[in-house]
Amino acid sequence: MIRLEQISKVFNQGRPNEFRAIHGLSLGIAADRVTLFTGPSGSGKTTLLSLVGCLARPTSGRIYLKGRMISALPERFLTDIRRSTFGFVFQRFNLIKGLSLIENVMLPAYPLGLPFPELRERAAGLLHGLGLGSKLENRVEWLSGGEAQRAAICRALINDPAILIADEPTANLDSALTREFLAIVEGLRGQGKGVIITSHDPLIAESAVMEAVIRMRDGRRVERMAMED
Amino acid sequence: MLQAIERQRYFIDYSLSSLARRRGKNLGLLTVYSLIVFLLASVMLFTQSLRQEAAAILKEAPEILVQRIAAGRQDLIPAAYLERMGSLRGVSEKRGRLWGYHFDPAIKANYTLMTADQHQLPPDGILIGAGIARARGLGAGDFLSLRGNDGKPAAFRVEGILPAETELISSDLILMAEPSLRAFFGIPDGLYTDLILKVSNPREVRKVAEKLTLLLPDTRPILREEILRTYDAIFNWREGVVFVLLMGALLAFVIFAWDKASGLSAEERQEIGILKAIGWETGDVIRMKFWEGGLISLSAFLLGYLLAYLHVFFADGFLFEPVLKGWATLYPAFRPRPVVDGLQLATLFFFSVFPYTLATLVPVWRAAITDPDSVMR
Repeated sequence: MIRLEQISKVFNQGRPNEFRAIHGLSLGIAADRVTLFTGPSGSGKTTLLSLVGCLARPTSGRIYLKGRMISALPERFLTDIRRSTFGFVFQRFNLIKGLSLIENVMLPAYPLGLPFPELRERAAGLLHGLGLGSKLENRVEWLSGGEAQRAAICRALINDPAILIADEPTANLDSALTREFLAIVEGLRGQGKGVIITSHDPLIAESAVMEAVIRMRDGRRVERMAMED
Repeated sequence: MLQAIERQRYFIDYSLSSLARRRGKNLGLLTVYSLIVFLLASVMLFTQSLRQEAAAILKEAPEILVQRIAAGRQDLIPAAYLERMGSLRGVSEKRGRLWGYHFDPAIKANYTLMTADQHQLPPDGILIGAGIARARGLGAGDFLSLRGNDGKPAAFRVEGILPAETELISSDLILMAEPSLRAFFGIPDGLYTDLILKVSNPREVRKVAEKLTLLLPDTRPILREEILRTYDAIFNWREGVVFVLLMGALLAFVIFAWDKASGLSAEERQEIGILKAIGWETGDVIRMKFWEGGLISLSAFLLGYLLAYLHVFFADGFLFEPVLKGWATLYPAFRPRPVVDGLQLATLFFFSVFPYTLATLVPVWRAAITDPDSVMR
């Protein structure tokens, strides 16, 4: 369970361009469910996602992960939690150009210092699982949009995290690829992993895969609707 | 332990691939960087080698040289001065030397003529340095005609060429028997060019020199250590001149390297953000960039130093030879002996590898401590 208490996030605090992205938000997210943060652009859903995923610290308020307060932890511990608990799929996938597909997938595990054959085998297994087994050595800039997304998912899963975090994962994909993504999410859910997604794509919001939807507007939660309990 | 090694291997691996991805930029940097190390190391190696050579040659030289001074200028010194100085404590050997210069208009060069103390030569026989042999096209058995002090030409038969190992000091040298030299220069018996004294204990050298100035007030003692110091000063001065000439290039490189090292491109900044977002710590990113900067600067250092070594010791330092060695008509064919001074190597390493590596870390640290959520925005 992830619990947020009175979370606020202010960018450029004290400067003329100060911007408050989240206003005193409190909510709970089931770590083993598929949760959607939705809302219009600028509603604060991506900021909320980065706070939940330990990519940023809140300006005020507390975040608890499995009952442990993580919002005040030093960067080193936060990175450790991020690495072991969360896997990230970014909107533009953020694969590193010039590297091969398998190198990109292995990248999050480099600081762990696992034996190379073991790590490579794990990365290859994930890529085979998502239908990219024939493109292990291809450079990522040669991949199609759907392939790049699947590669990004494999990279997010390399450290076997409990929760996959995806920011606008279907923003650059057509409907067929969106459905393919939802199928992958469903598969991950079946493996007992939690997924947190931000999206304002109706195909995602209306999908039966979503178990909880948190609607955002102007940095505040509008409502929470349980899709399945 | 194994895990830590494996981690570093991953970072090095990533650094190498990162360098390869920006091949153009990094190759350019490596080339300029190596060139600078090459130039600096060449000057340092060459000067060091010259210093060593001078020290090695002077090792055999007498500790004290006594010249007679008349009206502020050097004059011939009477053999009687050897008796006048008597037996000085610490002096193991004293004798007169006879030598002089001769200008040869045929090749517009000055020769140094000396008595052949260690060789038995016939009255018309000479031994010549390799520089003279080259310049005049002479070999053993050939004759060399020189105009004596009486204006009449004197023909000498070349008995042999002095060995190439001593060329740095013997390039312009002509050795002949003492009577021949006296006749050629018109120096009467009982006069020498200067006197030499050998002193076994280095601590006694200054004391002996002090006594000499009292005993022979019209003479000037010159100590070997003073000559060495003068050589040192000359080579330091020449090295300094070259460094000043190189300063422009060095400054251009510093600006270039600083720009490359301290400025991160938007692409690099984003890459750091991605790495942090996917689970790399700030320390991991800095470690990776440290390897990247270290690999560049270390490769440039090794490459530059190796090229400088080859340039100085196998190509005779042809780029700096005229400045560092000085100029002469009878240029000695000087092959510097390979010498690497540990302190000099460490100094060059410190001043070339460390500043660049550190310069790369500052912007990386600044980029790496920012929240990784920048890649989300």
